Amino acid sequence: MQVPPHRPPATAHPRAVVAAVERAHRESWSNVLSSVVRLTRDLDLAEDCTQDAFVQALRSWPDEIPANPGGWLTTVARRLALDRMRRETTLRRKLPLLIEEPGEIEQPTDPLRLVFTCCHPALAQESQVALTLRLICGLTTREVAAGLLISESTAAARITRAKKKIAAAGIPYRIPADHELPTRLDAVLTVVHLVYTAGHVAAGPELTRTELTGRAIELARLLQRLMPGETEAEALLALLLMNEARGDARMSADGELVLLADQDRSRWDTKMLAEGVSRATAALLHGHGRFALQAAVAGLHVTAPTWERTDWQQVVRMYDAMMVSWPTPIVALNRAAARSFVPGIDLCEVLAELDALGNEPALRTYAYLPAARADVLARLGRTSAAADAYGEAVALTTNEAERRFLGRRRAALSR
Amino acid sequence: MAQYMFLLFDSEEWYDNVTPEDWQQAMKLHGAFSEAVEKAGARILGGEALERSSTASTVKQREGSEPLVTDGPFLETKEALGGFYIVEARDLDQALELAKLCPAGNVEVRPVMDTSADSGPQA
Repeated sequence: MQVPPHRPPATAHPRAVVAAVERAHRESWSNVLSSVVRLTRDLDLAEDCTQDAFVQALRSWPDEIPANPGGWLTTVARRLALDRMRRETTLRRKLPLLIEEPGEIEQPTDPLRLVFTCCHPALAQESQVALTLRLICGLTTREVAAGLLISESTAAARITRAKKKIAAAGIPYRIPADHELPTRLDAVLTVVHLVYTAGHVAAGPELTRTELTGRAIELARLLQRLMPGETEAEALLALLLMNEARGDARMSADGELVLLADQDRSRWDTKMLAEGVSRATAALLHGHGRFALQAAVAGLHVTAPTWERTDWQQVVRMYDAMMVSWPTPIVALNRAAARSFVPGIDLCEVLAELDALGNEPALRTYAYLPAARADVLARLGRTSAAADAYGEAVALTTNEAERRFLGRRRAALSR
Repeated sequence: MAQYMFLLFDSEEWYDNVTPEDWQQAMKLHGAFSEAVEKAGARILGGEALERSSTASTVKQREGSEPLVTDGPFLETKEALGGFYIVEARDLDQALELAKLCPAGNVEVRPVMDTSADSGPQA
């Protein structure tokens, strides 16, 4: 059949339709949902209607895929929500609130409001993570459970409980005021970072779950786009990009973990790295928050020609700055580990620092502490103490690839 | 006359499985209670049903840093209940801001339940 020029074909191929719906789901889910939430103020109702709009898309788009799929979905989802609300008996009470200006169907800040609702400090952090994956990324409960390595019923319980609290306690659907923004934004960025970490050092047999790390980067991009002036948002995106760019090199051909020190730097994704480095540089010009400083450390690593020629002095200085504003045992551990590579350093001094950290309750089950001790002990020639420390680390890690890696390091000591 | 505060403690499981009939019955019992109070020549000055403890937030004062907001009720047993306010606020954010100003070491912020005719406990 001859299709006239300048006009779309009358019908779309089924595969093209599914691809378009999947793409819209990935790109527009949070826009559609958050616009409907502003109308309904009811998360469950909004979610149902958004879901139904995607189902309708599968039925309607074979006739013609709309030019603006997100806009189509928002319009349909809001119409479904209005219909459902009209049917509810409380219509008369709620109706005056429903009358909106025509221009208000899509507000660019809607997804941001929803992010701040999901990451509200009055919700437990584990619920914030689950709710963000569900409402902002549009993952199903099963996908949330798989991503966080929890049972489906646990994931469902976290999501349900958080939604109930939002409704009953009156957690608002708004962007925090300027004076609240620094702490509230920090909570949001922490959740995005947790999503990334859950995918990056995944417990269980596989080293990374790219689905989760990809979602975290998309979230960081969304936040950066919606809050272009917030340097910490830009710094988080930079940090995640620089980590992700090294992803392939973290794994050898036979699926084993390769440490940064031993990675083939030519396997790094140079385009992603370049974006990360330039964003980190931009963020550091305007602030030295904890994500900016972490991005600085990542930047020093990825711009070094080799592990040995990394500017370790400068890395330690970044950790020093972090210890001032964010003095956690994990930062102290990273600082000590970095110090152990400064040329001419007294390794016994570093070992004493690491030993002192052993008293920190937060590090008691943290595999990286005995792993760092083992590495320093090995370099001091104290082989049997190093072997013991690797053994401790092996016992603590929940990641299979890490377990094998630590086991290999331990075995290599006796050679 | 002196004034007394009655603090009502019950198992929350009841709320999870409550039927509309159970709820009506409970409301009746509270009605009967307030009649009994009046009949005794005493007065009820105020009272509210609270949402479940899972909807609570707690604001903890910390020396040298910002008050900490956490999810859930106040669970420590060393401290004792020393007073209460019922505050009408715009939303939880405003309620939490005000709880931070409240001169107490720990403030549990619990929403008051809407017990008007067309609501009742949320399933």
